Amino acid sequence: MSEFVSVNVTINGKEYQALVEARTLLSDFLRHDLGLTGTHVGCEHGVCGACTVLLDGEPVRSCLMFAAQVDGHEITTVEGLGTPEKMHPLQEAFQEAHGLQCGFCTPGFLMSLVPFLEENPNPTDEEIREAISGNLCRCTGYYHIIDAVKLAAKKMAAK
Amino acid sequence: MHNPRPGLPEFDYVRPASLSEASRFLAEHQGEARPFMGGTDTFVRMRDGFWKEKYIVDVKRLDGMGDITFDPSTGLTIGAAVNMNRVIDSPEVQEHYPLLAEAAKTVASFQLRSRATIVGNICNASPAGDTIGACIVMGGVLKVHGLDGEREVPLTGFFVGPGKTVLKPGDIVTAIRFPVLPQGHAGRYIKLGRNALSDLAIVGVTAFAYPDDTPSGYRFKLALASVAPVPLVPEKAEEILTGKPITDETIAEAAQAAMDACNPIDDVRGSARYRKYMVRNLTRRAVTDVLNRLQ
Ligand SMILES: Cc1cc2nc3c(=O)[nH]c(=O)nc-3n(C[C@H](O)[C@H](O)[C@H](O)COP(=O)(O)OP(=O)(O)OC[C@H]3O[C@@H](n4cnc5c(N)ncnc54)[C@H](O)[C@@H]3O)c2cc1C
Ligand code: FES
Ligand code: FES
Repeated sequence: MSEFVSVNVTINGKEYQALVEARTLLSDFLRHDLGLTGTHVGCEHGVCGACTVLLDGEPVRSCLMFAAQVDGHEITTVEGLGTPEKMHPLQEAFQEAHGLQCGFCTPGFLMSLVPFLEENPNPTDEEIREAISGNLCRCTGYYHIIDAVKLAAKKMAAK
Repeated sequence: MHNPRPGLPEFDYVRPASLSEASRFLAEHQGEARPFMGGTDTFVRMRDGFWKEKYIVDVKRLDGMGDITFDPSTGLTIGAAVNMNRVIDSPEVQEHYPLLAEAAKTVASFQLRSRATIVGNICNASPAGDTIGACIVMGGVLKVHGLDGEREVPLTGFFVGPGKTVLKPGDIVTAIRFPVLPQGHAGRYIKLGRNALSDLAIVGVTAFAYPDDTPSGYRFKLALASVAPVPLVPEKAEEILTGKPITDETIAEAAQAAMDACNPIDDVRGSARYRKYMVRNLTRRAVTDVLNRLQ
């Protein structure tokens, strides 16, 4: 039996203390232990990007990290981005520009794009394409996602 | 039988307090303990059931592993735990070692690179490793902590086979060091993937040169990815580009020599024959780009 590891982590501004098995993936910890099922899991191989969360503000694959590794760090998941009543401008833009269909990939796109737009408030199409190259979407064909990012950039500049 | 979705095996997560303790632990648990950096290779291999380590050893937080330092008289040192996005963003790398940033940018996606490291790319010893060529041609040297303390290991001769290196049980790479590069150097990494972004190299060609007192006026260094069991240095092609005045014919001859040096395999990404031709074409292109950048 492997030993349990103690984890103290701040998620979406709230502090959590937990004992986890060493092999618990961060994605499983978020979804199963904490019930934060907004973080989706697709390939579990680092390819599809559905599981992207922010670790100290940087987008990472939660399926390629262990919960044990985030001890002492800060995580933001899509639940920390906005609420149905008060969405993040990027979420509004995805809704308005039809940046999603089934929505499975959306949390991953959002969490990749939030830090991207903070660093690049006025991105070109080429930069947007590169920024989303680590996220797969089987529905939209990506064009509406690019439109949504441009719309979000406008919304965020207007704030 | 290989089970494609076994989930992760049980293991302990070990966090040694010092490098000596980590080296001792790894040596005592030879074959069942593994150090890791970003884990982007390690965790995937474990999930797929290829690696069944009992202990995974987190050495990322130990002395100096997270630092990136440049000294104009001795060169650049990148701690083993420094992720690739930090390397790409480093002003010193951009100014003095731009080839390293160019190569790192071709690895996977931004989100992968916020974990993946150069040292992990090297120690993983895949012939497809995108940053390995840049590290070889710029004279990268690994700093290694082992049972007998610290030593330096050059990249020449480091790779033994796919996934195999000269590292011994207990060895931990703490950093990679680069010398000050000769004045006027220029480099280029061309990666051929199935798509423009986010896939392993079908073929990768690294070219690097600097002005020197040779018949061509330059000293050339080349490295090829995904064309042999280990990252390959086509020495004959380097000699041609250094030993003759540069003309279109010289470049074509060197590109042919690079193609003849490689011994690729057929796999899902491309056939051996396709890879060989691509090596020739991309070597020609990479060398031409370097010559343009040298001007
Ligand atoms: C979706 C996906 C896409 C990828 N795309 C690319 C790509 O385009 N190009 C590319 O080159 N690679 C790619 N990779 C592979 C991988 O991301 C890189 O090889 C990366 O650089 C590995 O770094 P890491 O720090 O994550 O290594 P880790 O997984 O931490 O380690 C890799 C290996 O090195 C050993 N090791 C690590 N650190 C040390 C140390 N300090 N001392 C001794 N041994 C050590 C480990 O034991 C392990 O065997 C991809 C991987 C994934 C999952
Ligand atoms: S589930 Fe993590 S990248 Fe696909
Ligand atoms: S909206 Fe369905 S996968 Fe992207």
